[in-house]
Formats: sequence, structure tokens, C-alpha cells
Amino acid sequence: MKLTSGNRAEFLGMLAIWVGLVLLFGLLTDHFLTLRTFATLANRIPALAVVAVGMTFVVIAGGIDLSVGSVLGLCGAVLGSALMDFHLPLSAAIFLALAAGLIAGTVNGLVSVCFGIPSFIVTLGMLEIARGLAYLTTQSQTKYIGSAVEGLSSPLAGLGVSSSFLIAVLVVAAGQVVLTRTVFGRYLVGIGTNEAAVRLAGINPRPPKIAVFALLGMMTGLAAVFYTSRLGSSDPNAGAGLELSAIAAVVIGGTTLAGGRGSIVNTFFGVLIIATLEAGLAQIGASDPVKRVVTGTVIVAAVILDAWRHHLTRRSRSH
Amino acid sequence: MADPLLQVLGLRKRYSVPVLDDFTFDLARGEVHALIGSNGAGKSTFARILAGLTLADGGEMRLENRPYRPGSKREAERAGVTMVLQELNVIGTISVAENLFLGRLPRRAGFVRSSALRAAAREALARVGAESIDPGLPAGWLGVGQQQLVEIAGALSRDCRLLILDEPTAALTDPEIEHLFHNIRRLQAEGVGIVYVSHRMEEIRRIADRITVMRDGRSIATHDASQAVIGGLIREMVGHDLPERAGAAGRPPGEVALRVRHLRAGEAVRDVSFDVRHGEIVGMAGLIGAGRTEALRAIFGADRKDGGEILVDERPAALRSPAEAAMAGMGLVPEDRRRDGLLMSQSVRVNTTLSTIRRHARWRAWIDTDAETRTADSFRARLDVRYASPEQAVEELSGGNQQKVLIARWLARDCQVLLFDEPTRGIDVAAKDTIYRLLRDLASGGKAIVVVSSDLVELMAICDRILVMAHGRITAQFTPADWTQDAITRASFAI
Repeated sequence: MKLTSGNRAEFLGMLAIWVGLVLLFGLLTDHFLTLRTFATLANRIPALAVVAVGMTFVVIAGGIDLSVGSVLGLCGAVLGSALMDFHLPLSAAIFLALAAGLIAGTVNGLVSVCFGIPSFIVTLGMLEIARGLAYLTTQSQTKYIGSAVEGLSSPLAGLGVSSSFLIAVLVVAAGQVVLTRTVFGRYLVGIGTNEAAVRLAGINPRPPKIAVFALLGMMTGLAAVFYTSRLGSSDPNAGAGLELSAIAAVVIGGTTLAGGRGSIVNTFFGVLIIATLEAGLAQIGASDPVKRVVTGTVIVAAVILDAWRHHLTRRSRSH
Repeated sequence: MADPLLQVLGLRKRYSVPVLDDFTFDLARGEVHALIGSNGAGKSTFARILAGLTLADGGEMRLENRPYRPGSKREAERAGVTMVLQELNVIGTISVAENLFLGRLPRRAGFVRSSALRAAAREALARVGAESIDPGLPAGWLGVGQQQLVEIAGALSRDCRLLILDEPTAALTDPEIEHLFHNIRRLQAEGVGIVYVSHRMEEIRRIADRITVMRDGRSIATHDASQAVIGGLIREMVGHDLPERAGAAGRPPGEVALRVRHLRAGEAVRDVSFDVRHGEIVGMAGLIGAGRTEALRAIFGADRKDGGEILVDERPAALRSPAEAAMAGMGLVPEDRRRDGLLMSQSVRVNTTLSTIRRHARWRAWIDTDAETRTADSFRARLDVRYASPEQAVEELSGGNQQKVLIARWLARDCQVLLFDEPTRGIDVAAKDTIYRLLRDLASGGKAIVVVSSDLVELMAICDRILVMAHGRITAQFTPADWTQDAITRASFAI
């Protein structure tokens, strides 16, 4: 894969911020710079990471999806029900969870594109619908599943990280390639930049606009599998507030909500930064309210920094 | 002049080219002074300067013998000058009364005094003879003519002494026009001076006291309306510098590439039929609003067609979307490059291959960036596009080079029919020339080309035929043997 120098500089910038954050917590507390911290981090982030990858695609195409938290809840409920009520094998249950996410995402895309309704509104509706369906599927009960699903999230012997972490990293790498090297990725960037121009260039913008929501839906299904596996049970309340963390990771990674510009790898750094903040603040003993204040501040600061950096590069290019 | 209201001396304004150049004008109290001229003559710029929307670069304006140089719309309105725009400014969702007094609603302790507002609105509406309009209705419920009256009433209620009307009758029906004229006469009697910008000769002769002809940012002549002759006015609008025709003639036309039969689309395109042959450049002249852009967009499938038939290489083509049109071998270079054409923040490479991205991809999915770069570079030489690197964002290129990138996009697709909407808008003179040469080369290579342009000199320099469109119809057709600027302009005004 070819990287332009500008691209590489952006990755390095995000990496530097993350390393800086890790070192900061390392200075603040003795126990932070240990293997265990990193193992914990690695096992906490897969669900958020794959959702954030899908969200990056949607945002680059000029949309947004507020329903991912609820859809994760629904997919987790489907997984739990398939395993415990219908006693299906794990592979079939995972397939059903992914399918549930795919369907929810496709509905989001279809309704938004065919009726010309902003995705903000459509997915706000889906946020309620999917959560309701999650409760209906589980009769509002948390289902204990246990060892049947926990394997995905347990550290692999000799590696220290789980298979779900490895899958998430693969998804990030594949996402970056799809965005930068495929026709689908090019269409998304074009649509996010100027949909009218894309249409007048003889391209039908509707299929990619629908597909991108379907893709995010399926990623959310995958996240539900990771999440359920980590908890060992399926909880209809799972994923509440996930949409905000995912959007935060996307914007910290420098993707503009206006669409047309963004990077999957940088979104992954956004996920790392959020997770590191959470873990680090917990270790230095910050209370939950303080954690929220700090996290919120970091999100806004990251976006200001990004806008400022873009302003500078633009100016330097035009001189 | 007995009672001067406005005097304008040596007004100058330039954007990339001079649009007002030593412009001189005057207006008396109670006078209707019409401004006419071709598209781009500088009428709208003058109106905007007068209304405080733009500042002049130089020259002098005096209003009631005091220096007048409004820096904002508000300042102009305080001095008693108001413009009613061609595009109405009425806010549809709030009431007529609120529209009338927006920004100066009668208030007490922060609350709107609705009874006082209604009373004031009735009074303002009565002044333009529009007592029948209920000031409580949402303004969006009114027809265009009534909305215009609301705007005029709003202007007058600001103690307006100079009213600028820009194409006031463009959207009005005949009875509405009569009503408007009735009001204009009433205002005249009250001593309001009116600057009346319009394309419609007959109307101008009826309503104006004097007529000033503008061309290239200057006032060419001022006539008493009673003595003006339409033929003479048109000659003055056009000027006499004949275009240089280089290389357009002498190509043998090929088969018919595009046939349009009785095309209808919305209000703007009522009945359009024409043919274009391979190797031929057909121009479309007409006034702004004649429906030329809309016709191109409808042919290309960008807007809905309401009827008619289109044949590409004699095969019927539905062309329900730009994607279908592109499949049929057509390309459109739109009027507004930034809005409808380019991905401004993306690179030259990405913009060049946008319509052919699948051909630059293995298995139609996996983009081959090197192939894209080769395509971009091949057009760089062929079309003489100036850029530092194919990775440069197109927003950093000049207008002419941006246009070439757009043209390259369609050539990469090997389009046989190319539709150009104002291909040289916002492009400097030197780059215009290369675009002309490019269009002629494309035609020599067998492409069928349609060019919509408001610049007659341009059309006469490059076209093999010129069609004239007015009020949504093709009203005339000219060949180099019989065209003159006079005749084409006359046909544009549908006289």
C-alpha cells in the first residue's frame, strides 16, 4: 500500500498523541506502564473499534448513525437467544447476530436514501426501535451464556491478546484499504465531498450510500459478538451510549462531520486514546464524574487541534 | 435636470475584469429610468452598489446632492434606497406583517405588539393597493406577484425615496404586471425615483420615462422612452465589434449524434427540438432565464423530463439519470464548476478519473493509482492543463485549468456528445482562447458539441450553428451565412 507523505505524517501525529498520553499516565501512576494495562486495553477496545471503523465510513460519506448502541444491544440479544433459547451452535448464532446488524443498517440506509430523510433523524428512530426489539427478544432479561462465547475474548496463549482484538485490528487494516484503494471508498469520499458533482459525473450515489449503512450495521453485529463474549452474557442494555464514544473516536481521529475527509487508522488511534484515557484515569483514582469531564474536554480539544492543523497546512500550501 | 434625486459619475468596479467602467447615470424625483443591456453589461453590479450590497472601486454617487456611498444594505435603506431583488426575499414561514417589518417590529418590553403590527402592515399594503392581502397569512401562501407587492410595500414603509426593481416582471402573469405598473405610476406621483432593470423591451417602453443602454460597464446612450426605437436600442446594446471566426468553418458534418424532439421539463423548458451532428458545434443563445441550462440538465437526465424524445446516434435513449446519459456517451460540463462539477478539495487525479474510476480499477473494484496518474498526465499534455502534480487539489488551480480537468474527465470516458454550460464563465481571456481551440479540436475529432453561452461573440467565434432559446422554446436558428449580433439579440428578446 502506498502512503503519501501527508498521510504518513497524520498517522505519526496521532501515534505521538497516544504515546504522549500513555507516558503521561506512566508518570502519574506507577502501575500504568505494565503489560497488564496494555492487555486490558487490548481486550476492552475491539467492540468500539469495529463500530468506529464503520462509523468513519458513514461520516466520510456525509451521514451519521446514532443507532449503533441500540443495534449492538439487539444483535447481542439475538446472539444470546440463539445460543440459549434455540441452542444453535456458536457459528450459527454469530451469523444471526451479524445478519441482524446488517438488516438494521440496511433499513437505516434505505429509509434515509429513498425518502431523502437526513440519516440523523432515521437513525434516531432506529435507536429507539432497536432497543425496543432488544428488550422484546430477551423479555428484558440478562441471559447468562458463559463459556460458550467467552473464548473469543480470552487472551490467546503466548500472545496475551484475544482473538477479538486480532479481528478488530484486521478490520481496521481492511477498512483503511477499502477506503483508500477501492472504488467503493472513492465513491464515499466523493459523495461526502460533493454529492451533486458525483451524480453529474454519471455515478448513481444511492447504492454506496445505502451500502455504507449496511456495512456499519454488520460491524455493529460483530461488535455485539465481541461485547457479549467479554461479558459472558447477553444484556439488552448493552451498548447504551456507544454511538457517542464511536463518534468521538471518529472526530478525534480527524474525520470531519461535514464528510469527504477521514482516515480509518486515525479513528483507531481515536479509539485507543479514549480507552487509554478511561483506563488511566481509573488507575489514578479519578471519580466517574471527573473522568467524564476530562474525556469531554479531550474530544473538543482534539477537534480544535485538528481544525487548526488543517488551517495551517492549507495556508502553507497556498504560499 | 429639474429635480435631481441621484447622480452617478464615473463609477468603477472590477472583479477579475472591469464590470463597471466610468459609468454615468442620473435619476430625477418621480422618474422611472430603465437600464437595459446584454447579460454581463454591468446592470446588476450597479444595482447592487446602489443598494449597498457591494462597494464601488471608484467614482462618485450623490443622493439628493449629498455624497452617497452605502457600506451595507441597512445604510442604503436608511438613506432611502431599497432594492427589490429578482429572487424574492420574502420568508415564507412567517406572516406577511412580520415580513414587512422584520428587524423593526413594534415592541413593548421585548414583546411584539401584534395589534400595532397588523395596523401598520395594513397601512403599508394599502399604499401599494394590496388591501386584499391579509397581513396575518404566512407569506409563503401568497403568489409570486403578491409577494413582490409585499416587498415593495416593505420598501415604501421604510420611507423609500429610490426604489430599484431588478427584472420585476420575470415571474409575473399579465394581470400582475398591470397591477405592478399601476403601483409604479402611483409611486412616481409620490415623487419616488425608480431604477428599472429589465430585459423586456415592450414593457420598458411602456413604463419608463428614460432608457439608458449599458454595454461593457459603460452607459452607451440615454433616450427618452417616447422616442426610442427598439432596433436602435439593440444595436447599441450589441456594439459593432464583430467576432473573429477562426477555423470553425470547413468541417464536413457527420451523422446526427444527438436528436432532441419536443423536450419538456418543468416551467423552464416548454418545447425544445434540435439536432447535433458529429463534428459540429451548436451554440445556444438566449437571455438568462430562457431555459437553456434547464434544457441541458434535462437532456442529461440531471432533472426530470416531462415529455419529449431523445435519440443518441439515432437510438432512443431514456436518459433518466446522469448515469444513464454517461452510459449513452454523453458528458455535461456544468455552469457552476464548484457546485456541480468538481470535488474541490480532492486532487486533479481523483477529479479526472471520477467518471471512469471502474476502468482504472482491477476487477472493477481495486483502484490502480498508477493508471489514474497516467490518465491525468496524458490529458495534462493534450489539453495543456497547468498543475504542479496530479496530487494537487483542484481548488488550487485557476478557473481555466479547473475547466480543463472537468473536460478531461469526460474525454477519459470517450464521450461522443458533450454539453457545455457557460464553458468560459469566470475564466480569464487567455484561458478562454485555449478553451475555444480545445472545443474546435474536439469537434474536428468527431465529437458533437452543444455550447450554452451568454457571450454572443464567443458563440459566433466557435459555433457552426446558433440556436436561440426564449421562454423555454427554440425560437430561431442561425448559420454563419445569416447571423449577426443584431439578429441573434433580437431573437433572444423574442421580438
